[in-house]
Amino acid sequence: MTLPPAFQDWFARQGWQPHPHQLDLLAATGDSLLIAPTGGGKTLAGFLPSLVALTAPHRGMHTLYVSPLKALTADIARNLSRPVADLGLDIRIEDRTGDTKAGQRARQRVDPPDILLTTPESLALMLSYEQAPAIFGGLRRVVLDELHALAENKRGDQLMLALSRLRALAPDLQVTGLSATVEDPSRLARFMGGATVIHADPGPDPDIAMLATAKAPPWAGAGGHYAVSDVLEAVAQATTTIIFINTRAQAELFFQALWAANDANLPIGLHHGSLSREARARTEAAMAAGELRAVVATGSLDLGIDWGAVDLVIQVGAPRNVKRLVQRIGRANHRYNAPSRARIVPASRFEVIECVAALQAVRERDLDGDDRGPGPLDVLCQHILLTACAGPFDADALFAEVRTAGPYAHLTRADFDACLEFAATGGYALRAYDRWQRLMERDGLWRLRDPRAARNLRMNIGTIVEAEMLKVRFRGRGGAPLGEVEEGFAATLAPGDTFLIGGQTVRYDTLREMVVEVTKQPSKEPRIATFSGMKLATSTQLSHRVLALIGDPAAHAGLPADARDWLALQARVSTLPRPGTLLTEAFPHQGRWHLAVYGFAGRNALQTLGLLMTRLMEEAGLAPLGFLATDYALLIWSLDPVTDPAPLLDREGLREGLGDWLASNAVMKRSFRNVATIAGLIQRNLPGARKSGRQATFSSDILYDTLRKYDPDHLMLRITAAEASRGLVDFGRIEEMLDRTDRLDHRMLERVSPLAAPLMLELGRVPIAGQGRERMAEAEAAAMMAEAGLS
Amino acid sequence: MTFHPFDFDGQALQARASGALLWPARRWLIVADLHLGKSERMARRGGALLPPYETLATLDRLEAEIAATDPAVVVSLGDGFDDDAAGRALPDDICDRLRAMAQGRRWIWISGNHDPAAVCPRLPGDSLEQLSDGLILRHEAGAGPDVSGHFHPCIRLAGQRRRCFLVGRDHLILPAFGAYTGGLEVTDRALQALVPKGIAIACGARALPVPVGQGRRAGAA
Repeated sequence: MTLPPAFQDWFARQGWQPHPHQLDLLAATGDSLLIAPTGGGKTLAGFLPSLVALTAPHRGMHTLYVSPLKALTADIARNLSRPVADLGLDIRIEDRTGDTKAGQRARQRVDPPDILLTTPESLALMLSYEQAPAIFGGLRRVVLDELHALAENKRGDQLMLALSRLRALAPDLQVTGLSATVEDPSRLARFMGGATVIHADPGPDPDIAMLATAKAPPWAGAGGHYAVSDVLEAVAQATTTIIFINTRAQAELFFQALWAANDANLPIGLHHGSLSREARARTEAAMAAGELRAVVATGSLDLGIDWGAVDLVIQVGAPRNVKRLVQRIGRANHRYNAPSRARIVPASRFEVIECVAALQAVRERDLDGDDRGPGPLDVLCQHILLTACAGPFDADALFAEVRTAGPYAHLTRADFDACLEFAATGGYALRAYDRWQRLMERDGLWRLRDPRAARNLRMNIGTIVEAEMLKVRFRGRGGAPLGEVEEGFAATLAPGDTFLIGGQTVRYDTLREMVVEVTKQPSKEPRIATFSGMKLATSTQLSHRVLALIGDPAAHAGLPADARDWLALQARVSTLPRPGTLLTEAFPHQGRWHLAVYGFAGRNALQTLGLLMTRLMEEAGLAPLGFLATDYALLIWSLDPVTDPAPLLDREGLREGLGDWLASNAVMKRSFRNVATIAGLIQRNLPGARKSGRQATFSSDILYDTLRKYDPDHLMLRITAAEASRGLVDFGRIEEMLDRTDRLDHRMLERVSPLAAPLMLELGRVPIAGQGRERMAEAEAAAMMAEAGLS
Repeated sequence: MTFHPFDFDGQALQARASGALLWPARRWLIVADLHLGKSERMARRGGALLPPYETLATLDRLEAEIAATDPAVVVSLGDGFDDDAAGRALPDDICDRLRAMAQGRRWIWISGNHDPAAVCPRLPGDSLEQLSDGLILRHEAGAGPDVSGHFHPCIRLAGQRRRCFLVGRDHLILPAFGAYTGGLEVTDRALQALVPKGIAIACGARALPVPVGQGRRAGAA
């Protein structure tokens, strides 16, 4: 296809030239993946072939657009309406998300629009209707927006399974993926089932550097508060700035620190996932209207509407991941073909080194990406159940269809059958449900035994499983909602405790009907708010760069002077960690022995390593007392010294410990809950279902314990264990660390080494306690009895 | 301690860490809300296919309690079965185990809202609406003083939710003994109305008494 004259005129009237990649995409005959920076006319490029095709009459749905964000679908609908009106095209464009009214949805099923804009979850829902073949039978094009983001989690896997259905329903389908810059475009093309990669002009190199600060970063910490006045100055000089911070709690604290120093009263907003939806919408609206000079944000702003006016991005804290840094920098895109401007603020001395390494990687366009492995089976279980909702299916045909989805290209028949078995009977060793199967085979086709089950299955659609969150409100009648905190965080609060939310310090009063009630406490220093347990670990590749930089004294010239001196001292007193060698140091400090392990494997893996090594130390009688993990190192303290770390780092010993430890671990129970919810073993808690203290269902922990005891080989436990190699347990990176270690270098020192010194100041110490929880409960109960005069 | 001793309605009783109530003077063991056959009932109604092991798990724990206390009488305080059909559908091996447990002792099934008939023809024992013999035993609390179940009381302690006994002047409410059972927090209005002031005895590794109702943390609020 070439650009018809009417479209050429339209471009000319806008004063635009079509980008080469827009024309390439128009000419493409097969599936394509467009890699383009933000502001490159990516979305228009994706829709241009559809608009051109729709100048001729078409019956039914022609183009389906899928984006990860509901807000984006509305935005796209608005943006498309202009060329459609200008060109006088007779095209109906509608969106369909969880917010679409029931009447509109019902109409869309009977009379679909020409172009439908939707999300992966809504697409999965539509595919579960009996009318799916009629709705999608005439589909010609699918546009997948922000595919790089979708490919990072199970939403993308679900989307690819939906795409395999669409390809079966509409064999002539042409698929276009749109993506920001990624490390390996061919991998992303394989993810979407194969596609020709089209590169847009990546634009000029970004203008990116460390933010010059008056003070040097502190030895330890993560807040970046030392740089508050420098950040304010940069904000004052820019038009609009996004300040990215790694965690919600840090964002709250930094936001507060900014306002405390904001003498010029620059309008600055806050945006993160724990704020109430209203609060986030207010910030977004103010941002879009150009009323804010800066917004302090977490990953909640990684995607989303383009705010054309953003001309500076500041990243506070080490970026952890080069690809994400590049994508964040891309948000400062006020003009295509003008360099994005970004500044990084390391929060500690160690982070200075990580920031220098990350800047080198950005300059070399060397992006990182940790492989997610094959498509997860819990998502496949959900897909099988939803397929049955749409109508009877043949197992062989469905298996063949699923293997056309990129993440499931290498799915084995045995795994597929295990998922089908789970969907049909629960897949238990004890065959209890022969009479009550969920799916049954009749005349060679699998179908729902009870068609009424479809309703529950549809309510369970999706792969996002939120932690149990509790609303936070001011105390009193009709108190204003402030946001949400994780139930686990709320459980640690005692009346009188203070924490930060929405930029203000509040005092916890009580928990009433599953709402956390608080009062304003402006004067008090807040207790640190840790309402998000999830911390992103530094990527494998960036960790390697940091290690290589530290280990090569010739490269230290690129570091600030204080970091240089610090490493020089370390080389004199002990030695520098370097690639191929795993450095460990043992030294006494304040009557305790300490062991520092410079693993450079990311904080999640090193946290797991800490749990496993302290177990082995306990067995060896070394009396470990606690540990802490950062992205670079693990520090363990004990009563007796570790003189030979080799047995503690034995691969088999660690792997054995992993199996035992996982049994009772809260992280694993959380993974199990996610897996079991996605697979359809447990029904998700619908909004509003938890209004009172009545727990409608028992906790998933009980199911986990029961399965481990009575059916340890069950599919759900198998999937849960597979997830442990990545994510929060991240055992895969412990193995990676051992793989790249040719030798151990153990140093017995007389005192703390320069490299270990910052570790002593870090927060997040984990005490080792067997009966700890029980003793805490006992002490609390006894104190309460005494207080009530009952003991 | 594996149990907490207390007095209710003039009787010395023990709240066991397992969630069972022991009346030592009579050698009665009382358990509430076993909900046997729960996963079968959910599957029958087209719901999720839960791990079908909750009846095994519940019986394992009940067997351990019977072995530890050697009661003369075992009372199931209502909702012994998740519904009457679940009671009839219990697998043979489960019935065999229940028969073995009942050997040499009296077994009483009190009916509950889930199992109004409270019978399984293949199981030993008598079915009763309620029992009045030194203590009044019934499924749902009525005019006190009485011993009942039904609410599945729970309490938060040190960040954890634990099943608990709830002991007031008029009512003694037992936790659910069954494996897959949710719960109602003792701060809920329904439970506060029955026990405005008293103690909760949390179950778990040990039985832990905690005050509830007026006066709890008065200084802190």
